[in-house]
Amino acid sequence: MDTATMAHTNVAEHASDASPLLLHQFDDVHQQSESSILGMWLFLATEVMFFGGLLTAFAVYRLLNPREIALASQNLNVPLGCVNTMVLLVSSLTMALAVRASQLGRRKDVVRMLLLTMIFGTMFLVVKGFEWRADYHENLIPWINFEVPHHQAEEVHELGLVPAKMELFFIMYFFMTGLHALHLIIGIVMLAIMAHLVHRNWFSGSGAVQIEVAGLYWHFIDIVWVFLYPLLYLISAH
Amino acid sequence: MSAVAVEPRESVAVEENYLSDHTVKSWLLTTDHKRIGILYLISVTLFFLVGGAAASMMRFELMTPKGDLLGSPDVYNRLFTTHGVVMIFFFLVPSIPAVLGNFLIPLMIGARDLAFPILNLMSWYVYIIGGSIAIYILMFGGVDTGWTFYTPFSTMYSNTMVVHAAIAVFITGFSSILTGLNFIVTIHTMRAPGMSWFRLPLFVWAHYATSLIMVLGTPVLAIAVALIAVERGFGIGIFNPNLGGDPVLFQHLFWFYSHPAVYIMILPGMGVISEIIPCFARRPIFGYRFIAASSLAIAVIGFVVWGHHMFVSGQSMYAGMVFSMLSFLVAVPSAIKVFNWTSTMYKGSIRFDTPMLYALGFIGLFTIGGLTGMMLSTLAVDIHVHDTYFVVAHFHYIMVGGAVMAYLGGIHFWWPKITGRMYSELLGKLSALTVFIGFNLTFFPQFVLGYLGMPRRYFEYASEFQVLNVMSTAGASILAAGYALPLFYLLLSLRQPPTAGKNPWGATGLEWQVDSPPTTHNFDFTPRIDRAPYAYSPVAIEGFDGYSDHGSH
Amino acid sequence: MWNFPLFPDQASSHASSIDALYFFEWAVAIFFSIVIGIAVVVLAVRYRSGSKVDRTNPPTHSQFMEAIWIAIPFVIGMVMFAWGAILFYDMYDPPGDALEVSVVGKQWMWYIQHAQGRAEINELHIPVGQAVKLTMTSQDVIHSFFVPAFRVKQDVLPGRYTSLWFQPTKPGRYHLFCAEYCGTNHSVMGGWVEVMEPAAYERWLTEGGSGPSMAEEGARLFLQHHCAGCHRDSVTVKAPRLEGVYGRPVPIQNGKDVSFVTADVAYIRDSILRPKSQVVAGYEPIMPSFEGQISETDLLKIIAYIKSLSGKEAVR
Repeated sequence: MDTATMAHTNVAEHASDASPLLLHQFDDVHQQSESSILGMWLFLATEVMFFGGLLTAFAVYRLLNPREIALASQNLNVPLGCVNTMVLLVSSLTMALAVRASQLGRRKDVVRMLLLTMIFGTMFLVVKGFEWRADYHENLIPWINFEVPHHQAEEVHELGLVPAKMELFFIMYFFMTGLHALHLIIGIVMLAIMAHLVHRNWFSGSGAVQIEVAGLYWHFIDIVWVFLYPLLYLISAH
Repeated sequence: MSAVAVEPRESVAVEENYLSDHTVKSWLLTTDHKRIGILYLISVTLFFLVGGAAASMMRFELMTPKGDLLGSPDVYNRLFTTHGVVMIFFFLVPSIPAVLGNFLIPLMIGARDLAFPILNLMSWYVYIIGGSIAIYILMFGGVDTGWTFYTPFSTMYSNTMVVHAAIAVFITGFSSILTGLNFIVTIHTMRAPGMSWFRLPLFVWAHYATSLIMVLGTPVLAIAVALIAVERGFGIGIFNPNLGGDPVLFQHLFWFYSHPAVYIMILPGMGVISEIIPCFARRPIFGYRFIAASSLAIAVIGFVVWGHHMFVSGQSMYAGMVFSMLSFLVAVPSAIKVFNWTSTMYKGSIRFDTPMLYALGFIGLFTIGGLTGMMLSTLAVDIHVHDTYFVVAHFHYIMVGGAVMAYLGGIHFWWPKITGRMYSELLGKLSALTVFIGFNLTFFPQFVLGYLGMPRRYFEYASEFQVLNVMSTAGASILAAGYALPLFYLLLSLRQPPTAGKNPWGATGLEWQVDSPPTTHNFDFTPRIDRAPYAYSPVAIEGFDGYSDHGSH
Repeated sequence: MWNFPLFPDQASSHASSIDALYFFEWAVAIFFSIVIGIAVVVLAVRYRSGSKVDRTNPPTHSQFMEAIWIAIPFVIGMVMFAWGAILFYDMYDPPGDALEVSVVGKQWMWYIQHAQGRAEINELHIPVGQAVKLTMTSQDVIHSFFVPAFRVKQDVLPGRYTSLWFQPTKPGRYHLFCAEYCGTNHSVMGGWVEVMEPAAYERWLTEGGSGPSMAEEGARLFLQHHCAGCHRDSVTVKAPRLEGVYGRPVPIQNGKDVSFVTADVAYIRDSILRPKSQVVAGYEPIMPSFEGQISETDLLKIIAYIKSLSGKEAVR
C-alpha cells in the first residue's frame, strides 16, 4: 500500500470548475476564507506585540518618572482626545455594520457603511492633526522645539523636576500616536479599496470575508487607541 | 502493516517540473514556494559567505595577542558586528525555515502551495531589501556596536552607521514575521485530507513552534531597534540615562526577542534531525508526541528566560533567580529530544549516509551545547563566564554545531528532492567529518579560554591566551574547508541529469511521493493520508538493498 | 610557550566555591555526553544495516522512559539552580567591615579611588584577606568590571551605582578586564589588581605622601559647593543635618503621606543631583540641583564624606 492513497480531485479539473476568485493553492472557498481570517488574526497578534513593546517601555518610564510624566501629560487636550475616542468607537460601529451588510449581501449598504467608517477615520486624523498643530505652537515637539510650557515652569522648578523626562513623555506620545495614525491611514486606504471593489461588484457575493478581515484590522486600530487614550491623556487626571 | 512501497520508476528527466522555466522574470515573479525556497537558498548562501569571511578575518587576527594583523581595533569591531548581524539576521534565522521549510512544508502536508504565495514572495523581497542595506553598510563604513546594539554606546557614542543597521534589522524582521505567519496559517488550514495534527512530520511541528516565535517575538525586536534609530537619528533621549531613560530597558526589549530567536535557529534544526534519523535508522521515531510537544514547550518557555542574559547588568537579585530557574526548564524539552533521537536507533537498521552523519554530529554537538547552556543558566557560574569566550563557545555549539549541522544535513537529505540530483556520497561523508572535527577544534578551546577569563569582542588579548587561540584558528581553517566542500560538489552535481528518482532514501514522508524535482503544482492528485508518519519497518527493510532507483538506470 | 594556563588562579573567597559548582556541572556534562555518545556508538554499531540482530517489534514510545528523562534533567537542573542561587546570594551582600573603594569607568580606562585618599588608574591595590567593596559608576557607556581570578563581574552603568565585593585570598597580580563591549579600545580597557600583604598595602597607601583621604576631599568639596552653608550650622536656612544619616531610614514627604527610604549611596546621589525628587519630611524643597555640576569622581568623594559622618550624632 502506498503512504498516500491518491484520491478524487484532479488538479486540472479543479482549476477549471472553481470560482474565478478561488486562488489556485486552495481546495475550496471555505479553506480560503478560513486562511484569510486566521492570517489576519496572526497579523494582529504581531501588532499586539509591536504596540505591547512600546506600551511596556512607556509603563516602565512612567514608573521611573511618575511626576514628570503626569505633569507633561497635563498638556494634552483631554476633551479633544475624548471626542476622538468617541469618533473612533462610532467608526467601529459602522465598520461592524458594514461587515453585517456584506454578510447579508447588501452591497449598497456595505459601500455606504465603509464610506462612513472612512469619514470617521478621517475625522479622527483631522482632530489629531489639530492637536499636533497646537502642540507645535506650544513648543512641545521633541527635537523640533521642545521646551517646558511657561505655566508649568514654576512647578517644574519648585519640585526640581527634570525637563528631559517631560520631553521623554512627548517622545513616547508622538511615537505612539504617530504609529497609530499611520495604521489608521493604512486602514482608510484599505477600506477605500474595499469600497471601490464592492461597488464595482468585483467580489463574488459582496466580499463578506474580505470585509470581515478588513473589519478585524479596523477594530484593532480602535482598541489600540482605547489603550493609548487613558495611558497618555488621563494618567494625571484626578 | 505493509512495507513501504518503493517501486522503481522510469526516469523523470524529461517531465516538466518547477525548475523548467528558465527566464529571469519567471524566477523574480514566482509565487511557487519551491522556487522561493531556492531564491532564499541562494541568498542565505551568499550571506553565509559574507559572515564567514568576517569570521575568518577575525580568527586570523586572533592568532597573535597584539592587534597587529588587521591594523586597527575599529576594523576588528566592525568585523565581529558584521559577523553577528549577518549570520544571525541574514543567515541563521532564515536558513532552515525559509529554504527547507518553504520548500517542504506544503509538500509534507499535501498542499499545492503555502496559504499566501504572494506574501511569501514579498517576504523574500523584504529580506533582500534589508540585506541590501546590510551590504551597503558593509561597503560604506560598517557598524561597530556588536549585533546587540547596546545603548548608550549605540545611540550616543558609536560613530558608525547604526541607524542604517537598525533599519536593515527592522526591515528584515518583517520578512521573518511574514514567513512565520504564512507557515502557521498553512499548517492550520492547508493540510490534506487525513493529515491530522499527530500525523504531521516533526519537521512541520518544529516549524509551527518556530513560526510562533517569529510572529510574537520579532515585533518586539522591531520596536527596540526602531527606538534606537529614532533616538540616534533625532538626537533625543529614549534610553539615555541623563534624559530620564534607562539603558537596561533596551536590553530587556532586545533579549525578549533575541533569546527566543536562538530557538528560531535551533528548533527547525531539531525538525530536520527528527526526519533524518528515523529514515536512516529505518524505523518509526521513538516518542513522536513527546518530540512534537517539546518543540512547543521550547517555544513557550523560550519567551520567559530572556533575563539570563542580564545577570550582571544590575537587574535585581530576585529577577536573576527567577530567570535562572526558568532557564533550567529549557533543559527538559531539549533532553527529551536528544534521548528520543538516541532511542530511535534501538532495533533500527542503520545506514550511514551523509545526512545521517550530519545528524549524528548534531546530536553530539547539541548535547555539549545544551549542557554548557546549563552552566550559563547557573547564577554564580554565569557571573564569571558572562561575556567571555565561554559564552561564545556555548552559543556556537548550539547555532553552528546545532543549527548549521542540521541545515547542512537537511540540504544533503533533500538535495535529490530539490534538484533531482545525487551528489558524491564520498565527498559528502568527508564534509560531514571535516565539519565535525573542525568545529570541535575551533570551539572547544574557547570553553577553556572563557573560564580562564578572556572576554569576548577583544581585539587584543593577554599573551597567555595565545596557544588556545591559535588552536581555535587552526580549527577554523579546517571548518572553513568543511563548509567549502559541499558548495563545490553540490554545485557540481547540477551538471548531471536529474536521475535521483522520487525517493532515493526510501523515506516515507509525503514529499518523497512526488517527482524529483517536483512539478509546479506538487501533487497530481490531492493525497489522502491514512497513517502516522515514519512508518518504516526495520525487519522488512533488512535485505532491502534499496536506496532505490537513483543513477543506476 | 607551552607553559600556558588551562585554569584561572583561585584568588578570592568566592573562587573555590564557584569552581566546585563548575566542576560539578562539568562532571554532569561529561557524564551525559559520554552516556549519549556511547549509546549512539553502540546502537550505531549493533544495529548497523546488515548486522544479524533481533529487530522485531521496535518500540515506538514509552511513557515510563519519557518520565525518567523528564525527571532527571529537571532534578539536576533544580540542583544546579539552587546551588548557583545560594552562591549568588552570598556574593550579593558584602560583609559589614568591607574596605570601600570607588570605581569610575570611562572610555577606555578605570579610575579607582581609595577611601584613604589614594587614587589610581587601571590598577587596584588591595590587602590580602580583607573584604573589599567596590561602588562603581560609568561616565559614558556601559562597562563591566571583571577580575577572572576572583570570579566576579559586574556591569558598570552610567547614571547609577552598582556594587561588587570580593575577599582576595592570595597575594599576586591579577588581570582586570572590561567585559562589556564599550567601543574602539574595549580590549585594552583593563589593567591589574595587585593583592598585597597588609603591611605592604599600608606602606603603599601612604607612599607619595599622605594626601587627604576621600572623605577629607569630600569635606573640602562639601564646602566648595556651598553644601555646608545650609547643611551645617545655618540659622537662616533650614536643611537636614547629615550626621548619622547614612545607612539609616529617612522620612520622605510624599504628598500627605510620609514614607521611609534607606539613605544609601543611590539615595544620596539622587539627593544631590535631583534634590526635589525625595524631600525629607519637615523640610522645604529649596535645595538646587547639582546635576551636571559635579563630576562622578567628586560625587563619590562627597558621598564618602557624608558616609564618614554616619558615626556621629547630629547636634540638636
